[in-house]
Order: sequence, then structure tokens, then C-alpha cells
Amino acid sequence: MIRHFFAALAFVATPAWAQVQIEEVTSPGGITAWLVEDHSIPFVALDIRFQGGTALDEDGARGATYLMTGLLEEGAGDLDAQAFAAREEELAARFSWDAYRDSVVINAEMLTETRAASVDLLRAAIVTPRFDEDAVERVRGQVLSIIAGDAQDPSEIAPDRFAALAYGDHPYASSGTGTEQSVAGLTRDDIVAAHAQLFTQARVFVGAAGDITAEELGVLLDDLLGDLPESGGQELSAAPWELSGGLTVVDFPTPQAVVFFGHPGIERDDPDFFSAFLLNQILGGGNFRSRLQQEVRVERGLTYGIGTVLSLADHRPMLMGQFSSSNNLVAEAVEVIRAEWADIAENGVSEAELEAAKLFLTGAYPLRFDGNATIAGIMAGMQQDGMPIDYIATRNANVMAVTVEDVARVAAELMQPDDLHFVVVGQPEGL
Amino acid sequence: MRIRLGLIMIGLLSWATTPALAAGEITEFTLENGMQAVVIEDHRSPAVVHMVWYRVGAADEPPGQSGIAHFLEHLMFKGTDDLEPGEFSSTVEANGGTDNAFTSWDYTGYIQRVAADRLGLLMEMEADRMRDLVLDPAIVATERSVILEERAQRTDSSPGALFQEQMRASLYLAHPYRIPIIGWRHEMETLTREMALDFYQRFYAPNNAVLIVAGDVEPDEVRALAEEHYGPIEPTPGLGPRVRPSEPPQIADRRVIYEDPTVASPYVSIARLAPGREPSDQAEAAALTLLAEVLGGGQTSLLNRVLQTEEQTSLYTAAFYNGLNYDGGSFTLVNVPVPGRSLEEAEADLERMVARFLNEGIDPAQFERVKFLYAASEIYAADNSSGLARRYGVALTAGLDVADVADWPDVIAATTIDDVMSAAERLFSDSHTVTGYLTTPSEEIQ
Repeated sequence: MIRHFFAALAFVATPAWAQVQIEEVTSPGGITAWLVEDHSIPFVALDIRFQGGTALDEDGARGATYLMTGLLEEGAGDLDAQAFAAREEELAARFSWDAYRDSVVINAEMLTETRAASVDLLRAAIVTPRFDEDAVERVRGQVLSIIAGDAQDPSEIAPDRFAALAYGDHPYASSGTGTEQSVAGLTRDDIVAAHAQLFTQARVFVGAAGDITAEELGVLLDDLLGDLPESGGQELSAAPWELSGGLTVVDFPTPQAVVFFGHPGIERDDPDFFSAFLLNQILGGGNFRSRLQQEVRVERGLTYGIGTVLSLADHRPMLMGQFSSSNNLVAEAVEVIRAEWADIAENGVSEAELEAAKLFLTGAYPLRFDGNATIAGIMAGMQQDGMPIDYIATRNANVMAVTVEDVARVAAELMQPDDLHFVVVGQPEGL
Repeated sequence: MRIRLGLIMIGLLSWATTPALAAGEITEFTLENGMQAVVIEDHRSPAVVHMVWYRVGAADEPPGQSGIAHFLEHLMFKGTDDLEPGEFSSTVEANGGTDNAFTSWDYTGYIQRVAADRLGLLMEMEADRMRDLVLDPAIVATERSVILEERAQRTDSSPGALFQEQMRASLYLAHPYRIPIIGWRHEMETLTREMALDFYQRFYAPNNAVLIVAGDVEPDEVRALAEEHYGPIEPTPGLGPRVRPSEPPQIADRRVIYEDPTVASPYVSIARLAPGREPSDQAEAAALTLLAEVLGGGQTSLLNRVLQTEEQTSLYTAAFYNGLNYDGGSFTLVNVPVPGRSLEEAEADLERMVARFLNEGIDPAQFERVKFLYAASEIYAADNSSGLARRYGVALTAGLDVADVADWPDVIAATTIDDVMSAAERLFSDSHTVTGYLTTPSEEIQ
């Protein structure tokens, strides 16, 4: 059940490993996957993702995809929920199921010695889930408790309110978990429909890494996904952007305010993408060197941590960030962020900052390929983002080619201090 | 669906049920100044994880200075006689690496991950800050604000975390495990540069440290680099065994009731002390590890099967065993009832399940599944060398040795149903408990 807004959208720089050979495998039935073969540990990791995610929920059935995803392991084929769980344990297979805005992601790790039976079990969950009435009610209860918990959690309220303000009537405007009312009203038919429209061959991307050959993977793909319909379901249009610059306070009793901030971002296929990527790294890219971390945490002690990301959400990219700061400090933190935003927009970044960011990004890149599960996820993500299989070979050169002039030009376009909106959940002083 | 209730576990059991690893070449050596070292080879990718673990944590703090171990961890990034504030991390980043640090009750650790050919550079810097920390008073003051913000974020804003803190303070009557790692806020506000330096000078020494290197390295090469960089550092004389205040016999059950209007899912938690893993004596801990699994681990465990699936009276149930500490362990049951079911009923449900378990015993098929899962988890664990490195760090700073870690899967494999049932009898009959309710003010409390 990982589905934090921030984590789900975080830009992962689709890493790869110079020595790692990615092979495109096409099954006899025509399903493709990317494979990194490595026989040193006797298991395989699969990342199977269906593009569309919770944003595909039909009107009036908000939360159907999320609930459907939670039910996949709760009975499938001729196994009820307990029998399914016992079988998964017996095989020592590890399945996980996550529903995000733009995709439903299934991770599977399977021992070589139990792989055939593990594939059968996973196939049942994906192709023939039962959605038994008692399981539906039980998981509905769990989802309702998550919704109730989120409603009391400032770090959930902040991005949710931001989305509600920004995205008009697009599905992005509300949480994929649904609301208490919408989830209470979901029928089994809604769940079946959510499954039918999302789980198609046209929507699926697969990454595989570990102890499996290309030939074996081809057979596995047909076994696992060959019975899914070829295509179906709706396609979404871009989300609108209805939020202007400013600050919204959501009154909430907590000693420390949670702040979510951002404005529109940049598409991955934009020719300036790499410049924007370097820009974000210097602004708030998740380490101590970033401008915001230096100014807000290290210099002033106003927060435990702050970061920004270029979100590459399918229907509206964003430049956004989040942090927490005590109610009596948060106003100063917001002021510092606004000042940094304006400074970079006007002056760009220094040669030294850019050089340090390049050293880090290019040096860290090969180190990210760390283990079968990670590699499988990276490859599925690359396909989902429409990246070429040879991206890895050119990525560091693209990073190195960015100049301070490029960053300054892109900063002037991308970073708009007047459009920057903050949602502050708490009881901030002086805001 | 596996429901997300992460807060329940904070600070209780991160490493409780992770088994040790059989795969991967392990090499152990000790430098002349007393620094212990473990090398874990993983040649699949040209990266290396470098960690130094100090055998000191929140349970070793002087009275009244709660949080000083963690505060010092933050200050370790603030410069030495050779490095400017922040230069340690920026040098790691300039080499494409990442770095971090962590504090618990029994240990404080520093970790970096870089390309394997940069290992010497990391050792040079880590050795430098083992003894030559230089702290600017203004920087210390600002960083104290950062740790107070950290406490606000992790604890003060979270009713679940505050409840856990209270539970822990009640579970331990005298042992400093009762103190939160982050510190009590009123004491954190009074922590000084001098306190941090006193703690540092005493405890940050090669004879109180464990070096762990995992990745694409050869043990001989690691040893040569360690001798070059860590070898010359003088040990702290007279650092004896760690002796903390110990628990008196617990003769009374306790109750903790924490109310907060923002609690969305009230729950009950029943905690008790339990034996932990001891050097060359891990059988009881292995039995308790498997007990937690069959009672409240996976989806087919008793609590989960009966209370969540059959009776549908619980949203979430679990049994946790934490056996990897320097001093003893703990065993905790959790039940999050469905809306409309009271915490008194949820508490009674847990007691009823324990009684039923002691009466009915363990289904042999379930027991076999759980043990197979354990064996398989060794295979999956080999995929993550950082995780393996942490496993050794936690175990060695908890007083175990490398052989204990290596033996652990065999000890688990040798455990029988009878072993688990006798361990359960001892656990549930001998101990006094802390029963906690996390609830909203409107919830009826009897």
C-alpha cells in the first residue's frame, strides 16, 4: 500500500548500469518485456505495470481502481483469500500491488525452484480475480480506514488540497483512494469494470531481472498475460491548471505545519528536459547541497528536510516540493523559498553548482542499478515513460552537455515566482 | 490487501524478524587498535557500501541528556580539522556517492555508497571524523533547531508515534530503552556542544567501532585500506563492557491510554519483555521469531485469519517480536478493530486468540510454510548488499558475533513446533504486560 503522492510521482532518472545489457524480449504471442539476465541468485523479479492507474476511474466510481488493486490478492481462480495467501507462502513467492495515479504496479519475486507454480498463482490474480463479496467488504473497510487516516494526516491533506485546487474536474483533482461516500457506494460491477478497462495487453509494461532466460521469459509472458484482452478502456486528456500563485492555509491542529508547493513543470520529451533536470537538482534535488536544503535547513534550522522534484505525471507535469516546519517558523521558510525561486529565475545558477550537480548525477547513475527488483522496476518505468532502450548509453552525455546558459534560460521560463502556490496545513503564525 | 499502518511499527522492530544470511562471502578481521571489521563480497556491480557502526546509542546517554547520541550523529557532518562543515557529504556527492547516518538505542551508524574504487577516500574521511571533529557553536545551535524540527515531524505531529513513545517508557521501568532515541523535547532543548563533545570523545573510538564493507571488493584490499586509514587511530582506554541500568522484576501489569482527536483508527497494543538473541544461545529467540509469524505474521497467521478474515472484527492485526538488542527483547500484539468495535473487545479478542493458540497449537502445514519462507528470504536477501551490511551491523552492536549471524538460519531451521509452543507458554505465563489504547477522546474507556 505505498501510494504517497510524492513518491508516486517522483522523477526517477531511469538509471542503468553500463555493464548491464537490456534485452527486448517478444513472446511467441507478441507481448514484449525488457530483460536483464543474471543467474547469480536463483530468483527472478518482475515489474508489471498497467498504464492508466486510478485516474481511469469512471465518474461516480472514484476509488474503484484502488479497491480493485487491493482485492487482487484476496481470492483468484479456484482459491479464496486464505487459500491464495497460503499458496503464496508455500511457494515463497512475493507479490505486491500498488495503485498510483498513472499506473497500477505489480511487483513479483519468484524463486527459480517454484517459478512455474508462482506464475500460475500470479496469473490467477491478474486475469481471474474473484472479487468475492466478503473480500470486497473486508477490503472496503480497510480502504475506508485509510481514507479516514489520510483525512487526519497533514502530509496527506497538503498534496490533496493542492491537487483539488489545481486540476479542475480532471481525475487528478481528487485522491485515488476515493472518498468515504464514493467508496461506500462502489459495487462489485464497478470493481469488475475497473479491472476490465485497465488490465489489457495494450496498457502493460514489463521489466524482468534475474535468473531467467529470454526464451523462458517469452513463455512466462504468454502464460501470465496472454489471456488478457488486447485493449480497451478510456484515454484521458491533459489535466487543466487552475491554480495561480499564492498561499492557501488549511487550518489543522498540529505543532508543525506541512507545506506542499509547486507550479507546472516540463515534459520529458521537451528538448530542454535535461537542463530542467539539472536545475531541479541544484534547487532541491534531495541532498544537502541543494539551495533549499542549504538555506532552509542548514543555514536556518527551519526544517528537518526539504526537497523538490520534477513530476512527470502523464497528464500534467509539475515542479513541486514538500517540507514540514513548526508553526512559528513556517512563514520564514516560505519567504526563503520564494526568494530562492526568484533568485534562480533571474540569475540562474553558478558554474560551481552546475559542476557539482553533474559530478553527482553522472557518478551516481551507474550505482543505481542495485539488485534484481530495482532493475526490473527501472526497466518497466523506462518503457512507461516512452524512453528508448539505448537511453542509458546517452544519458550521462546529455547531463554533461548542459551549460549554465542553458540552465539560466530554462530557469527563466520554468521557474515562475508569481505562479508558485503554497498549501500550508497547520496553524502557521504570520501567514 | 496489506493495509498500511506503518506508524504502529515505528521504533519497535525494524530488524526483529530479519534472518541472517548464508549466501555471500563473509570475511572478518580486527585491527590492532580493536576496530572490528566485516567484509561482505558482492561482485555483481562495481559499487561498495561503507559503514562504520559505533557501539553506542540512545541507551548509553548520560541521565538528563536524552537525544545526545542522535544530536551528535547530526553534528558529525559539521566539519573536522581537515574538512569544512558539509564537506564530508559534498565530497561523497562529487564522487557520485550518497551518504547518511542513523541512531538507535544500541548503535550509531554512518553509511556511504560509492563506486568501489573510491573506498579509500571514504575511509580517509570517516577516520578523520572519528577523532577530529571541530564544532562551531553557531552551527551547533542551528542544528539543535533541526533536531527539534525532526522531533516535531516524526513524533509530535503523530499521535501514533507519541503513543509508541509512551508505551515504550512504560514497558521499561528502569532500563534506558525507555528513552526515545530522538530525546525528550525538554531535554533536547538543553543539549550543548560540550555534552556532544564529551560523548564523542569517550565513545567514538576504534575499539568501540565496527567497520562493515559490502560490495565489489576483495577482503585483502579492504584490510589494507582499513589498516592504512583506521589503523593509526588511538583507542579510548578503559572502555569496559556496556553496563546499563537493568530492569527490576516486573510485578505489575500497566495500562497506557493516549487520546488524541486526530486518531483515525483506534487500536490496542499489548507489549511485554521477552528474551533476546544471545551469543551462542539463540534457540529461544528463534522460537519466538517463529511464534510471531504463526501467531500474527502473514495473512494465514492465527490473528489475521480469524480476526480479519473469519470474524471480520479487525482491520489489522499483528504480532511483533524484537529480539535483536544488546539487552533482551520484547513481544507485542496489535489489534485495530473495525469501526464500532470497542478497544475493550479488541483487547479481549487478542487474549482469546492467545488462549486459543496455546490450546490448539500450530498447524504443521502452516509451520512448514513459515520455515520455507525463512529459508527463501535468505535467497531474496542476497539481492541487497546494503541490507546484508545492516544485518551485521545491528547484530554486532547488539553483542552478537559473526558466527551467531551465520548460524541464525540454521537455528531457525532446527526449531520445532514443540520448541515454539514451550516458548509461547513461558512468554505468556511469566510476563507482566503493558496494554495500550490509542484512541480519540470520545471513545468510551472502561
